[in-house]
Order: sequence, then C-alpha cells, then structure tokens
Amino acid sequence: MADAVTIIILCAIATYVTRTGGHIVLSRFGTLNHRLEAALNAVPAAVLTALVAPYAVTNGPVEGLAILLSLFFSWRFSMIHGIIAGLVVLGLYRNFI
Amino acid sequence: MKNHTANEVQASAITEYFDGIRDAAPVLVAVVPFSILFGAIALDKGLSFAEMLLASLSIYAVASQYVMLDLMGQKLPVWLIVLSVFALNFRHVLYSAAIGRKLSHFTGFEKTIAFFLLVDPQYAAAEARSLIKKLTPAYYFSYAATVYTTWVLTNCIGGLFGKLIENPEIYGLDFILPLYFTALVVGFRSTSGFLWVASGSSVISLLIFFTIGSPWHISIGGLAGLAIAATLSRPEETSHG
Repeated sequence: MADAVTIIILCAIATYVTRTGGHIVLSRFGTLNHRLEAALNAVPAAVLTALVAPYAVTNGPVEGLAILLSLFFSWRFSMIHGIIAGLVVLGLYRNFI
Repeated sequence: MKNHTANEVQASAITEYFDGIRDAAPVLVAVVPFSILFGAIALDKGLSFAEMLLASLSIYAVASQYVMLDLMGQKLPVWLIVLSVFALNFRHVLYSAAIGRKLSHFTGFEKTIAFFLLVDPQYAAAEARSLIKKLTPAYYFSYAATVYTTWVLTNCIGGLFGKLIENPEIYGLDFILPLYFTALVVGFRSTSGFLWVASGSSVISLLIFFTIGSPWHISIGGLAGLAIAATLSRPEETSHG
C-alpha cells in the first residue's frame, strides 16, 4: 500500500477534477443548445433532490416527517422556517418520546 | 459625487461579505460535528495529525474523506480508492457546469479557487443567490471562507481532543444538512418544470439507492432530472439566457 500522503493527494486531484471538469467541458461548447441550457438550469432541483430523497425514507417515520415539514414550511414561509420546523420535530421526538 | 459612488460601491461590497457569512452560518452547525468527528476518526484510523490536516485542506469533501479513510483501512489498491472518491464526487461535474455560467465575470484566478471550494452547500447557496441578484466574488468567497475556515479549525479540534460530541444525533444535528438541502430545493420551485424534475429525480434516486446502491443514486437520480428538463424544454424559453 502506497503511503497515506500519496493517496490523499490523488484523492484531492480526483475531487478537483470533478469540481472543474463540468465547467471546462462546457466552456468548449460556445453557444448552448436550449435543451442543454434547460438541463443545466435544472441541476440544483435535480441533484439536491436526488441527494435528499433517501434521507426522507430510510431513517424512520419521524425523520421522514421532518423532511416533509421542512418542505412545507419553506414552501409556505421561508427557508429558515423550514429548517427550524424539521429540527424542532426531530429534537422533541429524540429527547422526549 | 465620485466619492459618493465609491462609498456606495464599498458599502455594497461589505453587504455582500456579510450576506455570505450570514447565509453560511446555519451550515456551520451541520459542518462542525462531522468535522470534529472526522478529525477524531482519522487519527483513530492511523493517520498522523499532519496527514489528517492535509486531507481536509486539500480534498475538502467530507463524505469522500470518510470513504477514503474506510478504504485505506481495508488496504485496497490506490486506484480503487481514488476511483471511489471520483465516483462519489461525480455530482460536482454537474455543479461546476451549472455554476460556471454564473462565474463568467470572475477572474481566471478567482475561478480556479472558486471551483476548488465548490462543496454541496456552497453550490446550493451560490445558485440560490443568483436567483435574487448577481453572484459576486465578495459573496461567494465570504461564504466559502466561513465554511472552509470552520471546517479546518474544527478538524484540528477533533484531531486534538477526540470525540467531544458523543451523541450529535440527540439534537438532530445529523439531519441539518438534509433539512437544509430540502429547504434550498424549495427555493427553486419557480424554475421551469420544477415539479417534474424534482419528482423524477427523487423516484430514480430511490430506485437506484435500493438497487445499485449509494453513492450512485445522487448522480443517476440527478441526471434523470436533467433529462426531464431537457425533454420539456422549448426553444423560445431560453432565448434570453
């Protein structure tokens, strides 16, 4: 096994490649096709949703409820309301029930 | 009059700095426990303090760093460890393609650093910011500096003092990031085809999560959402872009 420093540096390079790669490839395209443009505009909604989805269904009913409440309160009021609503429910449940 | 304008420019830069710090603050609550834990576990798994610090300074991706530690412990070949980290970070390819379009007024040097700092909350906050106003370097880097500095400092605390936080889950801290991302996603509800994209992504993400397994659900679920957005797109919608 190679020493830890080598592995760490290679992992850092791999991570940096993913963080610049999309931009570097895209900047060679010139003007963007409308479908590609639409796909890129959907990245936050699509990737963040895909990231969160398993948390909502694999951690128990109250955790799922916390995500739903966060969804509802941030839709109806604001982001901060959403986060606080989810945290309050989880905190109460885990400490007092 | 000139002075007045200069003052205004300076005042707005200061506002941008403070906005960045303000928006980063809730994320810190979620970052700190993971970060302390990483410092503690890294040393526990046999990294030296300097190696732990090097990892956090240079990789700056908490999930990948946990995976790297775990695979190093299993004595796997180097290329497999690096490939796993690459796969886990693949979603950043999409982040950099999407946010790169909003960094066109950054200098080359600023872009080089900006992409290095492009962690999940950084990306989400930058996109959310550019919905309401132009994304400035002042905002981007004050957000980044707040998160990065906290990350590195609390890593050191974890490395030096071990597991300070015994039960972060009691306070729901393990769930702040998912809640934060959920709330952020909602902020994009006015973008075109939002409901289709979000439902498509979550369905495919869950499908992959329960079949192929993590971390592929993030990239494949995300790509499914992009495919839906591309399919729904009509040429006239994006002509102003």
